[in-house]
Amino acid sequence: MAAPVTNEWKWFSALALGVSLLKCLLINAYHSTDFEVHRNWLALTHSLPLSKWYFEDTSEWTLDYPPFFAWFEFGLSHLAACFDSEMLAVQNLNYASPATVLFQRLSVIVTDVVFIYAVKECCRGVWDEKRKDLLEQPSFILATLLLWNFGLLIVDHIHFQYNGLLFGILLLSIARHFQGRHLEGAFLFSILLNLKHIYLYITPAYGIFLLRCFCFTCSNADRSVQWRSFSVLRFTVLGLIVLSTFALSFGPFIALGQLPQVFSRLFPFKRGLCHAYWAPNIWALYNVADKALTVLGVKLKLLDITKIPKASMTGGLVQESQHSVLPSVTPLATLICTLLSILPALVHMWFRPNGARGFLRCLVMCALGSFIFGWHVHEKAILMAILPYSLLAVEQKEDAGIFFILTTTGHYSLFPLLFTAQELPVKILLMLSFTVFSFTSLKQLFRCRLLSTSEAVYLLGLVPLGLVCECVYPLTTWQKSFPFIPLLVTSVYCALGVIYAFIRLYILLFTFTDCGTEAKMKSQ
Amino acid sequence: METWSLISVCVFLGLTTRWAVSFNSYSGAGKPPMFGDYEAQRHWQEVTVNLPVHEWYFNTTDNDLNYWGLDYPPLTAYHSLLCAHVAKLIDPTWVELYASRGHESPSHKLFMRATVFIADLVIYIPAVLLYCFYLRDGSAKRRVAVALCILLYPGLILIDYGHFQYNSVSLGLALWAVVGLGLGQDLLGSVAFSLALNYKQMELYHSLPFFCYLLGKCVKQGLTGRGLFLLLKLSVTVLLTFALCWLPFLSDPGQVLQVLCRVFPVGRGLFEDKVANTWCSLNVLIKIRTILPSQIQLLCSFVLTLLAALPSSVKLLAKPTLWQLKLALVNSSLAFFLFSYHVHEKSILLPALPVCLLINDLPLMSIWFLLVSNFSMLPLFMKDGLLMPYVVTTLGFLFFSVYLLSALERTTVAELRLESYQRLTHACLPTLNLCSVVKWKFFLSLVGMAALSLASMLLDPPAALPDLFPVLISVFSFLHFLGLFVYFNLVQLTEPSGRKNQKKAN
Repeated sequence: MAAPVTNEWKWFSALALGVSLLKCLLINAYHSTDFEVHRNWLALTHSLPLSKWYFEDTSEWTLDYPPFFAWFEFGLSHLAACFDSEMLAVQNLNYASPATVLFQRLSVIVTDVVFIYAVKECCRGVWDEKRKDLLEQPSFILATLLLWNFGLLIVDHIHFQYNGLLFGILLLSIARHFQGRHLEGAFLFSILLNLKHIYLYITPAYGIFLLRCFCFTCSNADRSVQWRSFSVLRFTVLGLIVLSTFALSFGPFIALGQLPQVFSRLFPFKRGLCHAYWAPNIWALYNVADKALTVLGVKLKLLDITKIPKASMTGGLVQESQHSVLPSVTPLATLICTLLSILPALVHMWFRPNGARGFLRCLVMCALGSFIFGWHVHEKAILMAILPYSLLAVEQKEDAGIFFILTTTGHYSLFPLLFTAQELPVKILLMLSFTVFSFTSLKQLFRCRLLSTSEAVYLLGLVPLGLVCECVYPLTTWQKSFPFIPLLVTSVYCALGVIYAFIRLYILLFTFTDCGTEAKMKSQ
Repeated sequence: METWSLISVCVFLGLTTRWAVSFNSYSGAGKPPMFGDYEAQRHWQEVTVNLPVHEWYFNTTDNDLNYWGLDYPPLTAYHSLLCAHVAKLIDPTWVELYASRGHESPSHKLFMRATVFIADLVIYIPAVLLYCFYLRDGSAKRRVAVALCILLYPGLILIDYGHFQYNSVSLGLALWAVVGLGLGQDLLGSVAFSLALNYKQMELYHSLPFFCYLLGKCVKQGLTGRGLFLLLKLSVTVLLTFALCWLPFLSDPGQVLQVLCRVFPVGRGLFEDKVANTWCSLNVLIKIRTILPSQIQLLCSFVLTLLAALPSSVKLLAKPTLWQLKLALVNSSLAFFLFSYHVHEKSILLPALPVCLLINDLPLMSIWFLLVSNFSMLPLFMKDGLLMPYVVTTLGFLFFSVYLLSALERTTVAELRLESYQRLTHACLPTLNLCSVVKWKFFLSLVGMAALSLASMLLDPPAALPDLFPVLISVFSFLHFLGLFVYFNLVQLTEPSGRKNQKKAN
């Protein structure tokens, strides 16, 4: 921090090492059922033939990731045998010996190397400026925002998932597009899609970008497309890359005739509109509005209590979506809403392409649009918008403000993920340090105000909200009868911030021409 | 970035590390019938909340002193009482007399960890920040770096949040005393140190320097005029603080004597387990405990301790400055650790605290000392199942302190404060490149520590020598402590009179 930087990237290794050590300290922390999910996948890929991977259902946590991830687990399982071979038995449900915990945690920490490498590549890609003070250098700030990202830390290293690896591949793919190595970027993204299909949400951005900026080699002076510049060669190579990756992944299952079974596991539409804990999106507001109207209706005697469908919402567990006043939402409706919400961004990218930065902006909007309008969205999915958006936040001050609102509300909405008292101090401390760092460093970087007064008041409101939800409410007697109230309030409050950030992003997209950064890049 | 945000990020990181270490096991977890220090602290809560004050230190029908009897001074007992009242509010079974013995549960562990966390947050951390921001010169960022390094010192974190003790309270109070004296608030300093002494009798290791500093200051102001007045004020303050702490016991001289007997258990022997001090290391060659009668052992250790602490104390008496005080604190507490009677391996934290304060002035040597001190407690950590946090926090501290303080670059003779020494030995010794010698020794010692750590983790000792690795570790650490004791003495005693100019040059 204070040391004279002899080696240009020494600080980077310090940041990476520091966060890796912190991750190691969290090995004995609480882990969610996702831990058992991944242990089960290790076991079933290890002990069963390929043909049974997507049929096995001893555990309720069946394999529901695409084949490449299954292969990843298959590879890990060979190392797992050195730690404790008991974890590789499918029948050993909820097996969590110390060696198993150590192995699984270490596997997440070690595969994060991909993420660290990707962050380094991203730092090279963004507009950078040598400042006398290392702490004000954009690449330093970006590296910290990504490596020490609060959400990623708690989701991967406490809650337990392999997002570091996956986001590493995503960021690497983005960095390759920044560097003009589009084929590599496309290849990485198709691998990513075969690791976890949630990234389908941002596929439109990739598709349009590659078609518009890679397959069409030239634009007219007014940035509109030059139809004759379409390169058949590029299009073919791109298609080959993507198709061969998918063939490698799904080919064996097509050969076995299991494709419908695999797809039924990958897309379980039987789940409800919202996850057990509502993600802070438009449906959280919709549910609350419905609830409020129901109560109002009953009070005003407009509704008959006996006719109201038994709302399963009261337990906080919404599996099937049943609304009593407002129309029920179908998966198709959410799909249409999602597409409509990202369409303007895609159209804008087609008509006003702005290189890799325009693509990244569109990607963030796709991720955010699908988060807000999607079916059965997990609160963790907000990371898909936050992490890529960090790259833009260190380049432009308007983005920095929106980024700060989005990360703070998005990260806060992850709080209910860790509900154990033991982890309470860690999540508060990590969130505070990340928030304080991102706020002051971005403010210092652009030397301007990041937030308007009302935005600041809204964000500061999270403090009393947190105090009440995490500390005061559990001590009251309501905790027993209405345990879901803090979750509900949290998701509604955060939904406002997330949706506000989405609207601001759209306004920025249509009012601001992105020439500033490009000019800066050229002058370097 | 603004300084306030840097500081808060550093403090948050320090706290996160502490809390993350506390997820791990504690001493004596699941080991009946005696358990460990965790049970001792819980038992003190049970005793203090259920029994009247005059029974706390006595062996009565309700208070079995053989089962973790209270053997710390009154302030610790009051702290236990306070914690016990909170515990009673949450779950009375935690402190029920008799019935709660050996109580272990996740929620109770959480409660105990939280008490350490709060004590640390209230006493130790503010003292560290005050020290770094009021007494240190240098850029704001350098101060933050120093604060982060002190907060990340693994020895204290592992003992308090892993093994389970409240060292941050007594050490924090001692640090408050240093801060008080440094800011010229002598009365505040002496109150803080008296409190530290009344919290843990081991703070006696630090008492000589505080005494010499204050006396030296009085002498300097003239023992006939203002100095005498200051001396009187100080003695009255100290006496009052002590009287307040001992108030419930003062009614009966028998009480006071019993507390003293409990606090200074002379009958416990020259040393216990494997400690990296002179007696335990000498034991490898000569079995002192069987050769000498215990009275002579006691006398021997007393005389040697005084002799070892004398030079630095005399120098401090003659020159009561903050720099000298810090060095004298190191030298005196290290002398006590090396030579005094019945030393615990955890007592190395007492010299480690003042060494932390030197971390910016003598980066390489301080980091070296702190690493060895942490390493010397490895057998204890292994017994408590703290291997993972030990490895992680040690690596983190090594890397960040060396990197943030650029310890490997700051190794010129002047920065090691060895100019006078070099001038002295110039005549009789061939000219050595001191810097590279020191650096090489540092690397070799790191390799040695890593090898010994790995060996004791992975290898089984030969059947004939079951204690091979703990003994090797303690002898290895003892040699380091002895060498560094000589070094710190050298730095203190050869300090030239014109240090102020030198400081400006830095």
